[in-house]
Amino acid sequence: MNEPGKRSLNYPLRRREVVQELLKSREGLLVVAGLGAPAWDATASGDHPLTFPLWGGMGGAVSIGLGLALAQPDQRVLVITGDGEMLMGLGSLSTVGLQQPKNLAVVVLDNEHFGETGMQTTHTAGSVNLAEIARASGISSSWTVRESSEISTTREKLLHEEGPLFCGIKVRAETLPLVLPPKEGEILQKRFRNALMNENGD
Amino acid sequence: MEPKKEKTREPQTWANRIHEVFKSHGITQVSYVPDAGHSRLIQLCRDDHDLRTVVLTTEEEGVALATGAWLGGQRSVLLMQSSGVGNCINMFSMIRECRIPFFTVITMRGEKGEFNPWQFPMGRNAGKHLKLCGFEIERVEKSTETQQVIDQVAQQVFMNSSMGAVLLSQQMIGVKTFKDE
Repeated sequence: MNEPGKRSLNYPLRRREVVQELLKSREGLLVVAGLGAPAWDATASGDHPLTFPLWGGMGGAVSIGLGLALAQPDQRVLVITGDGEMLMGLGSLSTVGLQQPKNLAVVVLDNEHFGETGMQTTHTAGSVNLAEIARASGISSSWTVRESSEISTTREKLLHEEGPLFCGIKVRAETLPLVLPPKEGEILQKRFRNALMNENGD
Repeated sequence: MEPKKEKTREPQTWANRIHEVFKSHGITQVSYVPDAGHSRLIQLCRDDHDLRTVVLTTEEEGVALATGAWLGGQRSVLLMQSSGVGNCINMFSMIRECRIPFFTVITMRGEKGEFNPWQFPMGRNAGKHLKLCGFEIERVEKSTETQQVIDQVAQQVFMNSSMGAVLLSQQMIGVKTFKDE
């Protein structure tokens, strides 16, 4: 492993604790959790019908969040994804920048590694700064967080400030026990819609 | 590439009919990667304040957007050209697995009269790719058939939570010539 790849082994923030904090007393918050570790992190904070955890669709988390935010303008939508997933869908930040959804917040748990596939380093271990990309894409409230002292104000901003918002959170590269959400996509989407719109079944 | 101003080969009433059908099915989000053939329909949708139009950087964003829209209780459609189908394939796995109703209207390139040979591979195979991904597909050859076909496919998609694509033939939309007109 090269030097930039080792740096994130010592980052103070731990992803599970960060997500736990972001999702505590979440009320009507709508959550899209990107595939891999972010989906496990969200599930570790409690499986919830208003969380849509992804088992695929890599690169699509922000776009799902955008479609949801446009459909539900009065609800806060929080996308929680990883650096690898975000890098695959960088164009979606441009689309969000253009649409300016006031109720959309994006969090990237950036451990600078492809965690599910053998911990290879991603571009963010080297030259790429995701918050700068988000800002340059038209998401003017974009920032990076590295310390635990910043998490509670970050949560406040993500849940209450006018969007679109983007927060890159540098988290420790670590392999944690899997906490898996249900796998059946049809069940995941139906329970989400049921919880949101009080639909019954179909 | 900036779409050239369409010279009207026949009045593009098919675009107006498609727009009407979108409305009648309660579609509220329209995402697109531009195509000259779709330009009038895109403009009609953009001018309609009841529709939210979302220009994409790549077509698979539209598949994910449709998923989010559905989660939030809205119906949507993706407008693209045949080359865009190739960009979407992995994202189609998600809507199939999650059984998201998904509707797309595709303008065909790489058919009779195509000027750009790089359009041929997707033009010839877009329908086959879509079928492999689980789509029901219908082709429209004549503008007079447009309304009925779009209506039927939309009906099927939203009633049965299925994946439906309408392919608009290049002959119908008008072949792009790259010549100054």
